[in-house]
Amino acid sequence: MAEIITMPKLGFDMAEGTLVRWVIAEGEDVTKGAVLAEIETDKATVEVESTASGVLLRQLVEQGSVVPVNTPIAIIGQPGESIQSDTKKEISAEAVPAAGSEKEQEAQPSQKPSPAIEMQTTAQELRASPLARRLAREAGIDLGQIKGSGPQGRITKVDVESYLAFKGRMASETVAPALVSEPVSPAAFTPGLDQHIPLTKLRSIIGKRMVQSVQNVPHFFVTHEVDVENLIALRKDINNLLPEGEKISVNDFIVRAVALSLKEFPNLNASIDEEKGEIIQHGSIHVGVAVALENGLITVVCKYTDQKSIRQISSEIRALVDRARQGKVRSEDIEGSTFSISNLGMFDVTHFTAIINPPEAAILAVGSVTPKAVVVDGEIQIRQRMNVTISVDHRISDGAEAARFLQVLAKYLEEPLRLMV
Amino acid sequence: MARITVREAISQALWEEMERDESVFILGEEVGVWGGTYAVTKGFYDHFGAKRVKDTPISEAAIVGAAIGAALTGLRPVAELMTINFAFSAMDHIVNEAAKLHYMFGGQFILPLVIRTVGGGGRQLGATHSQTPDAIFAHFPGLKVVAPGTAADAKGLLKSAIRSNDPILFIEHATLYQSRGEVPEEDYLTPIGKSKIQRPGKDVTIVTYSKMLEISMKAADQLSQEGIEAEIVDLRTLRPLDMQPVIESFKKTNRAVIVEEGWRSYGVGAEVAARIYEEAFDYVDAPIQRVAQKEVPLPYNRTLEQMALPQVEDVIRAVKEVL
Repeated sequence: MAEIITMPKLGFDMAEGTLVRWVIAEGEDVTKGAVLAEIETDKATVEVESTASGVLLRQLVEQGSVVPVNTPIAIIGQPGESIQSDTKKEISAEAVPAAGSEKEQEAQPSQKPSPAIEMQTTAQELRASPLARRLAREAGIDLGQIKGSGPQGRITKVDVESYLAFKGRMASETVAPALVSEPVSPAAFTPGLDQHIPLTKLRSIIGKRMVQSVQNVPHFFVTHEVDVENLIALRKDINNLLPEGEKISVNDFIVRAVALSLKEFPNLNASIDEEKGEIIQHGSIHVGVAVALENGLITVVCKYTDQKSIRQISSEIRALVDRARQGKVRSEDIEGSTFSISNLGMFDVTHFTAIINPPEAAILAVGSVTPKAVVVDGEIQIRQRMNVTISVDHRISDGAEAARFLQVLAKYLEEPLRLMV
Repeated sequence: MARITVREAISQALWEEMERDESVFILGEEVGVWGGTYAVTKGFYDHFGAKRVKDTPISEAAIVGAAIGAALTGLRPVAELMTINFAFSAMDHIVNEAAKLHYMFGGQFILPLVIRTVGGGGRQLGATHSQTPDAIFAHFPGLKVVAPGTAADAKGLLKSAIRSNDPILFIEHATLYQSRGEVPEEDYLTPIGKSKIQRPGKDVTIVTYSKMLEISMKAADQLSQEGIEAEIVDLRTLRPLDMQPVIESFKKTNRAVIVEEGWRSYGVGAEVAARIYEEAFDYVDAPIQRVAQKEVPLPYNRTLEQMALPQVEDVIRAVKEVL
């Protein structure tokens, strides 16, 4: 029986994709897993793989068409299997209403409903295994949120579980939410074939801003190793009292510690206006947190950070990250930060340096918490340690100030009860 | 534990039961002086004598009919049909009498009858002598159908069958007689109507029996090298069908491949798949796959015959299809 290949849904927010190139021509043999076509979304160009073996009986959309997700794009079947010849036109017209000529649109109602149209209806139905349906029902989640990895995009147990794990990680206490993104499937590596992937809007913006920063802002970097033994213990105690989904991350502590430290270092909560020849020390502290997305990153902003409790900071950042990941970010979510934090702690990073997010004066790069042998009171002890590296705009501040800032920040993190009062 | 062939295991079961119970006797074509077409009853004639090891005319209807009569009078006949293909000649006796007498006479009679027979292809015996019509016999209520896949099960199940008061069709496999397996030294019985996990696994449930157990085990070994751990459930008895281990396994793996030697249509795989859908629908994560014989009369030509029979690669392919 013929199998219909549909426009895949490649992200939660993907509504349509452009079929940029057919790789397999009509009448050509195709094996399951082979690349059928290339599709461009607003984030990337990806390959559509065949979910069946056989012959590509029919391409249902033209190259260059914009096709809504789940719309049939091809029919795979056995050699000689007959498909109504006008299938292509009809479904194309359906897929791209603007492109369909009036003649085709009018012609449709007078015809008997063709098998192709019936097949299209079934293909657009949500495909999910009975097990996936039950798991989703039990977890109270909408299957429409989940992308299926099975044949013809069928949602299976694995898809539901990885979706739940993703949701869980977002709310989890074990990993700072700041940089966790949904699992990204890397573009397939094809030996000998260069991949040309057009820059997405987000990548272009990131690129421009980073070039601007590196070219114009004289960066310097100061690293401080912080003892977070007490912080980890305190976090554990606090999280024992908190319900699932409200647990506090290490990053939440850092955000609050940075905000309190900035109150003592207004020069690092600042911007420079070279034209006017002045440094603007901001009257409010808005800490931004870098969030890794599927294909780039954005900084979400927790406003008036110094005036908020850790739990408030935690729940706000969680909501901000949630929206960012779902592509539902609001402009106020990402504007107005006066200082940024980039945390790669969950990726086993010793330390790293971040590029300043203009027009801010500084950014803090946070490494992983690792047990280390350190000397405490003349004895070797194993302590939880974490490197933080601040990048500072040398036009605004100098090394000594940055180092003192890190001392103060470290004091907050090493005596974390100070963050709670 | 001794490592013996399936042939030896069946032979031992018969011998031990005949030694244990004087009412047990054997009848069939060439079972006496010749020792059986598959040499299962070699030496029986000399030891137990012509009265208890009876050579019969070449008439399957006569063999089964006589055995039914003997069973009704209180003996425990073990009738041998040279191949299951010849059971068609005795179909009326098997499905209309053996399977129904106890029921139709309101339980006044018991029918402690065992019909041993040999099924399966792979020995170039041609289209009429190589069939696997197990499902046909398992279709009839009143007849138990047993089909072991290992030496230990062959012995334990045959002994249980001989001691059972019900009519039982005991299907051996033509190409399994030489395969060896561990068999307990002591006297033991294997219960009829109990499926068994022959190989533990977590990724996919393979449901199979008889010769296809061997094929499935080989497939599972190869899959294991790729990191896929198949759990293999051996049905051992087709009627009554014990689905519990299948369902338990399926609830763990959520994926099933059913491997049978007979044809797919209306087969054992169809029955097992339907039961899984009925009893574990909410655990189904992929459509169940069936591996079965190609829907043609089995060819004589060796290459074609092997192409028509399910092979290890077919099982591996089906497993990958459901994963």
